[in-house]
Amino acid sequence: MSINDKLFKVKYVSDNVSHLTPDHEKCKNCIRKTCTFICPAQVWEWDDEKNTLTVNYENCLECGACRVACDMQCIDWKYPKGNKGVTFKQG
Amino acid sequence: MYNIFMENKTQVIVVGGGIAGISAAITVARAGKEVVLIERGSFCGSKNVFGGAIYTRAVKELFPDFEKSAPLERNNIKHQYMLLTQTDATTISHLKKENKSNSYTVIRGKFDRWLAEQAKREGVTIVTETVVEDLIIEDKKIVGIKTELEDYYADIVILADGVNSLLAKKIGLRKDLKPQDVALGVKEVIKISEEKINERFNINTDEGCITEIVGYPMNEMLGLGYIYTNKNSVTIGLGVALDELSEKQLKPYELLDKLKTHPSIEELIKDGELIEYSAHLIPEGGYNKIPKLYDNGVMVIGDAAMLVNNLHWEGTNLAMLSGKYAGETAVEALNKNDFSTDCLKAYKQKLEDSFIMKDLRSYKNLMPSMHKRRKSFTGYYIEKINSFFEMFTSVDGIVKRNKFRNFIKTIFTDRKISELVKDGITGIKLLWEILK
Repeated sequence: MSINDKLFKVKYVSDNVSHLTPDHEKCKNCIRKTCTFICPAQVWEWDDEKNTLTVNYENCLECGACRVACDMQCIDWKYPKGNKGVTFKQG
Repeated sequence: MYNIFMENKTQVIVVGGGIAGISAAITVARAGKEVVLIERGSFCGSKNVFGGAIYTRAVKELFPDFEKSAPLERNNIKHQYMLLTQTDATTISHLKKENKSNSYTVIRGKFDRWLAEQAKREGVTIVTETVVEDLIIEDKKIVGIKTELEDYYADIVILADGVNSLLAKKIGLRKDLKPQDVALGVKEVIKISEEKINERFNINTDEGCITEIVGYPMNEMLGLGYIYTNKNSVTIGLGVALDELSEKQLKPYELLDKLKTHPSIEELIKDGELIEYSAHLIPEGGYNKIPKLYDNGVMVIGDAAMLVNNLHWEGTNLAMLSGKYAGETAVEALNKNDFSTDCLKAYKQKLEDSFIMKDLRSYKNLMPSMHKRRKSFTGYYIEKINSFFEMFTSVDGIVKRNKFRNFIKTIFTDRKISELVKDGITGIKLLWEILK
């Protein structure tokens, strides 16, 4: 089962703006790009062609791992607005 | 009735409607004080993830009759420890049929909602879908909160905003989390029929089994896997130190997939249907990482205060009791009309007097020591134990004495002797700290 299939089972209400904002300039100099593998919801993907980080914030499970693990400490990480984001029915 | 909506002022505001927050709020309400609980999700429990068990004794301190009406899954009478290598499993299982008093598995989405209903009934005002963005500070005292829409004031603010506690960080009660202070937990709830669960875990209906997993696929990392049985579903997950996942560049869900396909695990969850996938950080820093627990007008409880005993898988009970103690302290402060640290330090004292701080202090060097010796304790010895049983149980016509001798010899030749000595010293030190 792919991660996308797993995420398909999660209930979300998406906002139209991202609650996650990386400092894209710093990301360009980041060697390991920890967010791209540590995120349990594959929110962060590196786009080689555009040389930039894609933020699939709609997938976010709001765990906070990316913020803590970021080598550049450059993610502005907020909770989504009150009526937005993930809803765990099981937890 | 609640003047918070008219004057934007109440006696106590609790930020976060998880187990800790609700426990604090209900304690305040029971003393006849005004309390507003603010939850960012659409209902209490909707942003929460945990392993799987609530502890009867702690719940009873706040809800003596909870077993009659709370949504409980199974009563855990069986505890299994599985030591896994890629191919083998050595399992230790403890079962006591009449031991029905320790813990229950619950679904947080249901259980926290039940807790919130009790709190409402006892006078707590619950505001959902509201994110607290900041705290209001006046004259070095916390006097209220800022939300997306409005500011609200209170005599005391209790922070129960979870492991990330951005608020406790903002007001300087705690330092920001480091990757080694937390584990990343990922889990899946898998639908399996009640009969199949009973059969596979060898338990009866309403009886639960907790399985804790060491070794594969977290070999040589600080991490543990688990399986909890619910009524009609099984929860399987693992938590691994965030710094190790970073260093090894691993995807957490791929590790979980590896665990799920281990031959001894696969048969427990086969033909199941995924109901929900989730992730959460787990405080792992222990005693050394407990923040400053109070300041003028504010207290920190539960995961926000890093109150987790990782060796014993205790978290919800510490959340609940720390909430209760903070709630009691808030009531005392309101009665004295003193919200300064002089009065709120009683909260810390209550934690000190309880088993909570005593236990956490006993284990304060556990994680740092385990971190240093993790290759031994979560890798080498797990392999060794499994190979011992393989050797002991194989009927291969080889003289037993020779097999034993060879096995013992490998303990000294597999690795440098100094590794063995270091492991021994670490083990003895930890044991001494717990027992002294």
